[in-house]
Amino acid sequence: MKPASWRRLLPTSRSLAILPPFAWMTLFLLIPFLLVLKISFADLEFGVPPYTPLVEIEEQTLSLVLNLRGYALLFTDNLYISTYLNSVKMALLTTLCCILIGYPMAYYIARSRPSVRNILLLAVILPFWTSLLLRVYAWVGILRNDGLLNSFLLWLGVIDAPLEIYRTDLAVYIGLVYAYLPFFILPLYANLVKLDDRLLQAAYDLGARPWRAFLHVTLPLSMPGVIAGAMLVFIPAVGEYVIPEMLGGANTLMMGRVMWTEFFGNADWPMAAAVTCIMVLLLIVPLMVFQYNQAKQFGLLKRGRTHG
Amino acid sequence: MQDSRAFAPSWSGDADEFVRVEELVKIYDDTVAVQSLSLTVRRGEIFALLGSSGSGKSTLLRMLAGFEEATSGRIYLDNEDITQLPPYRRPVNMMFQSYALFPHMTVEANVAFGLKQEGVAKNEIQERVFEALDLVQMAGFARRKPHQMSGGQQQRVALARSLVKRPKLLLLDEPMSALDKQIRQKTQLELIKILDQVGVTCIMVTHDQEEAMTMADRLAVMSEGQIVQCGTPHDVYTFPNSRFVAGFIGSTNLFTGTIVVDEPDHVQIESPDLTRPLYVSHGVSEPLGMEVHVSIRPEHIRVLREMPADETNWAHGMVGHVAWMGSYARYQVRLDSGMMVEATVPSLALAQADAAGIDDEVFLSWSDDSATVLPS
Repeated sequence: MKPASWRRLLPTSRSLAILPPFAWMTLFLLIPFLLVLKISFADLEFGVPPYTPLVEIEEQTLSLVLNLRGYALLFTDNLYISTYLNSVKMALLTTLCCILIGYPMAYYIARSRPSVRNILLLAVILPFWTSLLLRVYAWVGILRNDGLLNSFLLWLGVIDAPLEIYRTDLAVYIGLVYAYLPFFILPLYANLVKLDDRLLQAAYDLGARPWRAFLHVTLPLSMPGVIAGAMLVFIPAVGEYVIPEMLGGANTLMMGRVMWTEFFGNADWPMAAAVTCIMVLLLIVPLMVFQYNQAKQFGLLKRGRTHG
Repeated sequence: MQDSRAFAPSWSGDADEFVRVEELVKIYDDTVAVQSLSLTVRRGEIFALLGSSGSGKSTLLRMLAGFEEATSGRIYLDNEDITQLPPYRRPVNMMFQSYALFPHMTVEANVAFGLKQEGVAKNEIQERVFEALDLVQMAGFARRKPHQMSGGQQQRVALARSLVKRPKLLLLDEPMSALDKQIRQKTQLELIKILDQVGVTCIMVTHDQEEAMTMADRLAVMSEGQIVQCGTPHDVYTFPNSRFVAGFIGSTNLFTGTIVVDEPDHVQIESPDLTRPLYVSHGVSEPLGMEVHVSIRPEHIRVLREMPADETNWAHGMVGHVAWMGSYARYQVRLDSGMMVEATVPSLALAQADAAGIDDEVFLSWSDDSATVLPS
């Protein structure tokens, strides 16, 4: 058994395959995050960089100073707490709208003939070919008081005064839903297109009318796609900066804007870092719970297979 | 419903007629899948549609289930025209080839699904679900999910699910194709037992002639969207009406020849494949001098070491190959004409000292009543 024992020390093809993404994540996600975490525990200082070092050696004394000013402020200042809550609320509402609008779209695309399907998919992806900034600017042009929408509605005579949409939360919702809808549609489509037609036929065969077959077969089986899509919308929407900045009013509170202000406006790097760290925590915890549940389900499934 | 036939179907005699398919046609874009097919199935019968892929048997089954709309023609079930009914309003249930069990539901929920759609009371659902699971001996698996069971167990659940609603007609789509060969035969017999117990009328589709012969009371051989022959397995095997059926149901040896003697009670046929004429002890409708085909089943051919004394019905050849099949051996014999003929010999006969081996000279012989003249 000697050859086997030294062979175990060599990287297997499986671990080699994992290595590149692992290295990528370490280099571009874990290390930057640790840097941000470090900055969040520093104090504000005038200079370059504009924060105090965490570890110092002075007169043969190694001192580690963890400054909690940022975190203390976060949990005492109502502004931050309500910003967090508002960000999560807006992201949740955006996700809900994406589900309501995106599900029928993904369903329709998945059910259409393959030739039509590709054209429809292309239409979903097409906006990505222009920059998000440009597309949000286009929304400014549409939603402004003298913009396309208001001009059109005035011309139709539906309204007599322009609707105040631009620079309100509603405009932010419109922008968010518009920008993130494809991220919901694509994973859900990928799920729905794989749905076995025969399961639906079996449901019809057993007496289920089409809508009941949808409710009891299609919908539950597409839940993984819905959850994946919802995650892809919810997570970036919480930290979104560009859309609330360009479409939102002065009182549209969102995490991204606060971070931007702390970082570039106040040059308060430790504060911005603390805001970021709490936000990451806020997002990671529900995600981990979700992942854990998925893993548990998968584990059960595997055990079931071996028993069967 | 404007069609008057919907109210007065033209029954042709048989009082037991339960399913009646009348001149059914299915045309996809430019291909004809089923062409003007008529068929009757009796109450309580297990009927098999047998054919190779593309013969239209699955399309016919899907039209019976309601998944495909017929281009024309009518389907009656128990005197009711169901041609236009959507699948969820037909008293027909199907067991899918892939079983199509709902993967996110337990066995119990899968079986209960159909009853829930009907709005059956909760405690009755529970009762009937376990009755159905008991029938297929799967009551102990009620809480399992489909992926936690073997193929055979999934099949039983699928059967329970399609029987629990007590359908007037049960459809089986290639019921054994997803099972291992070893458990197929056992499962076939169990399935027949369950179907007999329930007494449901059943139409099954299969490409496996052995399966059809084992399970079906009657079968129909399909080719190119039409029924080529319909009858009991025994009748179709013994009296095939064409070369296609003779070759499809079991294996056979086909000789082409011309009629040289045509009497009411027998014919003689001379074939370039054989040195001796063929003597067939039944009359034929074909005239003298007509080219016909003669089918002789391998089990009707004897392999002899000595020349038969008869004038007819034997051939001389050399053994090309012997395949040992357990209870019998399959001989491939090359005749003097070069034609390969297959003969099966029981193992008991093989044990004799003078049993023929490869490259031995042999004489093949068959009785007067074992050959069948095929019109086409």
